[in-house]
Amino acid sequence: MQSGSLLANIAILVLAGFVGFAVISKVPNTLHTPLMSGTNAIHGIVLLGGLIVLGELENPSVLDAIILIVAIAFGTINVVGGFLVTDRMLGMFKAKPPEKVSAEKVSADTGDGAQSTDGQVKR
Amino acid sequence: MDTGALDVVVPILYIIAFALFIYGLMGLTGPKTAVRGNKIAAVGMLIAVVATLLRVQHNWILIVIGLVVGAALGVPSARQVKMTAMPQMVALFNGVGGGAVALIAWSEFRTSGGFLDTATYVVVASLFAAIVGSVSFWGSLIAFGKLQEILPGRPMGLGRAQQAVNALLLLAAVACAVVAGSGGASQLWIILVLLLAAALGVMVVLPIGGADMPVVISLLNALTGLSAAAAGLALDNTAMIVAGMIVGASGSILTNQMAVAMNRTIPAIVAGGFGGTGVAASDDGVERTVRSTSASDAAIQMAYASQVIVVPGYGMAVAQAQHAVKDMAKLLEAKGVEVKYAIHPVAGRMPGHMNVLLAEADVAYDALKEMDEINDEFARTDVTLVIGANDVTNPAARNDPSSPIHGMPILNVDESRNVIVLKRSMNSGFAGIDNPLFYAERTSMLFGDAKQSVMEVTEELKSL
Repeated sequence: MQSGSLLANIAILVLAGFVGFAVISKVPNTLHTPLMSGTNAIHGIVLLGGLIVLGELENPSVLDAIILIVAIAFGTINVVGGFLVTDRMLGMFKAKPPEKVSAEKVSADTGDGAQSTDGQVKR
Repeated sequence: MDTGALDVVVPILYIIAFALFIYGLMGLTGPKTAVRGNKIAAVGMLIAVVATLLRVQHNWILIVIGLVVGAALGVPSARQVKMTAMPQMVALFNGVGGGAVALIAWSEFRTSGGFLDTATYVVVASLFAAIVGSVSFWGSLIAFGKLQEILPGRPMGLGRAQQAVNALLLLAAVACAVVAGSGGASQLWIILVLLLAAALGVMVVLPIGGADMPVVISLLNALTGLSAAAAGLALDNTAMIVAGMIVGASGSILTNQMAVAMNRTIPAIVAGGFGGTGVAASDDGVERTVRSTSASDAAIQMAYASQVIVVPGYGMAVAQAQHAVKDMAKLLEAKGVEVKYAIHPVAGRMPGHMNVLLAEADVAYDALKEMDEINDEFARTDVTLVIGANDVTNPAARNDPSSPIHGMPILNVDESRNVIVLKRSMNSGFAGIDNPLFYAERTSMLFGDAKQSVMEVTEELKSL
């Protein structure tokens, strides 16, 4: 590690903090849950910590090996699960394929037509 | 590749990775770009992991075991979880992230012989990561337990002594951390740090209940981010610093936005004790009666309304009633009734929870109205249909200064001409607070499972 890398890292830390603030300032309510889930997946970056420490460790003791394997497994769950869950949630906001929508609309329109006259008679 | 080349390649890959995180996160803030944004961030993560693997010198087999086990546990649970169980799943994924940070800090202590000959900033960052990671892990597990209803949802705590106990636990954890960081200390100290922080995490989340739960998950999410950044500082890893800090900062903002939406402050929420006290005080010995109604009466009332506002809550999520609601709304619209949905910022167990469910059922985006947008409309509305929502409609929050939720912005459901409440029983809500709305003259209750009730109403509408 070079000297001065601490200050450089702190500079990065501070700047990243402001980036975080700036990016999130305006989010529609609708996206709060997926966004929380998305940021949740991103802090799965801790996985790297487990990889680095175990990858540099020569002849680890059994306990060290167990601690770090669990850490890596936890980190992987966080990353993989987080991104998958976010993707599933966001998939619900996607527009449906056009042909399906129009087909639904047609059937709905015919059904609706009959019923709305019905409703108006009753009024 | 020789190490000289790796010293250039790996940092460059990290820069690409965190640029993708930031770009992806920007996408996640807009409905149209969100899916792509999430995928971009995932690609960034893949690059960061591959770059880190390039540096691995030992223990390949163990590393692969860890990755495979993690994927084997994470993928199926993420694939199979029901949309209604999403909040606790996010809490769980958040928790394991915090747990990973705490474990890494522990192993750093062990492999450096108790931080012997370690730079002070590395020691401080590691111990910070140990405390915050452990708090986040255990706090998230408690949040998961509460939302999954393994633990009771209502607040459990020590009352007034709670804050003092929490402060003592924090002080003790920091004190042990100072000893653990002094260099060459016994391993007992770092274990003590982790245990005290664990107790703190449990004690902080246990007394929190009701609508505060989403705020707590968001807060724990931000904390895990901060602990990841601290671990990155200790390991001199820019990708971890950037990703962790972005999550820490954005999570804090999100947490604050949620707290503001409920007219509460984050310290007040963490100090705990929401609901549970002063609940029965409003009885005054007066026998209060509720009016119950039938599906056919409810159907008639709504069919002849000009506007119906649906107020969904956690009950709709539990009953998986969103598709049934959509079908009912379609029939009503066919009869010329205008149907709108009023979404309280913390309806359900997470902000946006209701939006996700209704979007799943294909409810039009612009029929969903936020609280400020629709609150004036209740007075002009013929029928408001409350589906499994409770605390967010409680007029006591506005009228009764002694109510534990006094001051929380609510939907003005009580102002509409008629209110129909779909509810399983007269049990109080998640926060354990009684709701005067249910006893109001204009309110009638339709007891039963939300989905079942909505389907019955729909059947009645068809025959009208």
